[in-house]
Amino acid sequence: MTFETVLASIFSAAFIATIIRASTPIILPAMGGLISELAGVINIALEGIMLTAAFFGVVVGALGPEWLPGLPVWVYPWLGALVGVLAGLILTLIIAFFHLELGADVILAALAINILASGGTVFIMFALTGDKGSTSTLASPAMPSIIIPFVGSIPVVGQIFNGENLTGYNIITYAAFLSVALVWLFLYRTRLGTHLRAVGENPVAAASVGIDVKRVQYIALLMSGFLAALGGINLSMGYLTLFQTNMTAGRGYIALAAVFLGNRNPLGTLIAALIFGAAGALEAQLGTLNIPSQLITMIPPIVTIAALVIYNVRRQAQMAANARKFQEKMESEHKVV
Amino acid sequence: MPQLVDMRNIIKVYPNGVVANRDVNFSVERGEIHALVGENGAGKSTLMKIVYGLEQPTSGSIIFNGRPVKLQSPHQAIDFGIGMVHQNFMLIPSFTIAQNIVLGHEPVKGRLLDTKAAIRITEQLAQEYGLDVDPTAKVEATPVGMRQRVEILKTLYRGADLLILDEPTAVLTPQETDDLFDAVRRLVAQGKTVIFITHKLIEVKEISDRVTVMRHGEVTGRVQTAEVSEEDIARMMVGRDVLFRIEKPRQQRGEVVVQVKGLSYVSPTGRPLLRDVSFQIHRGEILGIAGVEGNGQTQLAEVLSGLQPPTTGEATIGGQSVLGRGPRHVRQAGVAHIPEDRLTNGVALEADIADNLVVDRYYRSPFARRGAMSLRQVRRHAEQLMQKFDIRAAGAEALMGSLSGGNMQKVIIAREFSADPVLLIAAQPTRGVDIGASEFVRRQLVEERNKGKAVLLISADLAELLTLADRIAVLYKGEIVALFRSRPDLSEEELGLYMLGLKRQLPEQRE
Repeated sequence: MTFETVLASIFSAAFIATIIRASTPIILPAMGGLISELAGVINIALEGIMLTAAFFGVVVGALGPEWLPGLPVWVYPWLGALVGVLAGLILTLIIAFFHLELGADVILAALAINILASGGTVFIMFALTGDKGSTSTLASPAMPSIIIPFVGSIPVVGQIFNGENLTGYNIITYAAFLSVALVWLFLYRTRLGTHLRAVGENPVAAASVGIDVKRVQYIALLMSGFLAALGGINLSMGYLTLFQTNMTAGRGYIALAAVFLGNRNPLGTLIAALIFGAAGALEAQLGTLNIPSQLITMIPPIVTIAALVIYNVRRQAQMAANARKFQEKMESEHKVV
Repeated sequence: MPQLVDMRNIIKVYPNGVVANRDVNFSVERGEIHALVGENGAGKSTLMKIVYGLEQPTSGSIIFNGRPVKLQSPHQAIDFGIGMVHQNFMLIPSFTIAQNIVLGHEPVKGRLLDTKAAIRITEQLAQEYGLDVDPTAKVEATPVGMRQRVEILKTLYRGADLLILDEPTAVLTPQETDDLFDAVRRLVAQGKTVIFITHKLIEVKEISDRVTVMRHGEVTGRVQTAEVSEEDIARMMVGRDVLFRIEKPRQQRGEVVVQVKGLSYVSPTGRPLLRDVSFQIHRGEILGIAGVEGNGQTQLAEVLSGLQPPTTGEATIGGQSVLGRGPRHVRQAGVAHIPEDRLTNGVALEADIADNLVVDRYYRSPFARRGAMSLRQVRRHAEQLMQKFDIRAAGAEALMGSLSGGNMQKVIIAREFSADPVLLIAAQPTRGVDIGASEFVRRQLVEERNKGKAVLLISADLAELLTLADRIAVLYKGEIVALFRSRPDLSEEELGLYMLGLKRQLPEQRE
């Protein structure tokens, strides 16, 4: 492919579709990260939970027909997703138990889970398939896609709403965008969500009005685990239809960056996740050029760093502007006196 | 009158072996204002935590409203109609006042929050009890006095009949204190009962019907307030006569050594916290800074001690410009600092006394030789200072975290005074320190002044400022709005008017 065709493809409706696909496995864990962060128990194991869920989703989805023959074919991917999510929840529960019951540091507990997930998935994969790289020997199913009717024939719009090949988006992509609205509603319009934010901001005050801090933090962690697990399922049963060693490639951490870049609220986090998704999509497009792949895989992390730098530079500029404004005001007041 | 709470033979031993309450009997009658006084560590907080269900007694019984009860959690206490207004407010800063008041018991419409109902409830309660608040304002943007009213409304919303107020006036101006007392009297008139924890004896006399005094975990007095004097109560608290007056010889004012010019500080969020602050301090002078908490006092101390760079302005010590190059530079120029938040900025809790006493000088002779620290010197240094400043601890290697508040403050004072500073910044030096240790701290400050040091004393305790300071500046919204020479007819009420922003001096009126 020439540079021109790559450029053309970047400025196209199809590229927007690519961004939407690439953002899905960042938006979901980012929403999870947001909830855990606001509850004061930041879950940095999003990465490991995604990886584990992605792995078990594929394994159960692919080997389900062997283990439980006779079910309708459409059941197996759902069964895989269910088991994947359960595996993610179990890992989250381990973190929650170690942190909330035994007093372990939440960062260290989560770090351990990340290491366990990255080694454990490869270990089981090798035991099952004899392959340490991917599950390409298994015939793994994908979660269904949804095609929005009627818009397909409209140019551009059709591609945006139903993907570049008009095959529709994976159901989990819809779940991702829906989750942003639901998380917002949950955090700001429900009792539990309000309690969660109170616990994160001042746990002693929350406890003093009878809020069960530990219970709220359990729920927050489990919600973050659930959302991260969905993101993992999307990777291996939507974005791709196989499991690869460490296929999350840092998305769990990028999701955390999105939480802070997005100023710890759902809409901001969504926007940040879309920016990171766009960087990932760009990486995929440029991969077709004759540029060393190492350089191209550096795009998402560079965008992350650049975004954080820009954010902080802008904040400091804002502060300096405030200081200047204030000084000018002081000076003009003095002239009056 | 019938008894609302009757605590009998309460003994509380903490797991670490500390005996906080030794066979305490404490009772409160319905409809009274009952003061509970005692020094820090006397056991009054523990006793109140037991009433509020935060701690369980090791033995003893609680009779509430004529029935024996077991209070296992604040939740249960709330159900019995017991409410507590904590000294450190239990509020969520980013939530609105209405959200804070209903937190934990939010009104809902279907499955979603009913914000309008929360606001309506807040307005109704505020009106019913005459406690004025703005329901839609965020707590972080409201003054301390209003936050306290929010706390009281919170307990009332939960149906409290018995309100425990834990040192409620510690952060208030005289005017706000008067408002609070009015509100407390109104509450009692409407049938509520109030337990008022304090160690300001003048307030005990003013507001309470009865008073219970505690010392070393025991009740040392239970009297009708009208029948005793402040001195009587003080004697029950401390176990000896207390000197309320501090000897302060006439000022021998020397030349100006500290010049602060046009100091401003804008917070990272863009809020101006110090506005064009200028003042001078002479040798042998204590300059007091008065102001309602949050009007720039903290920032003034942090900027002058080098912890924060100022946005504009400068400060010179003996003609030498000191700001903008970090705390060590400032210290070397002769500034010592007793920080307001001693647990965070004053000491290292996990380190021992000896280490805490050398943190500002470990790199100098005789403690450091060719880059290695002489532990013998560090130890000797600690033992000398512990003796000189009467620091009571198991030894120089005792961990800071094991000391009482008073002894911790003595360690900081020992370190800062022994640095032989030109300017001593003392921020809230007696806050949370018991009467005995406060006396010591105050006397030391006056002694430093007599030795010709410049002292900047920042204090929320106006009586302390009026006793110790030679001049008093009032900070309001980060600005010096008044500067007085200390004189007998200057009253707390007068200062209060400036602290609340109701009055301000013209520049030429400053003394």
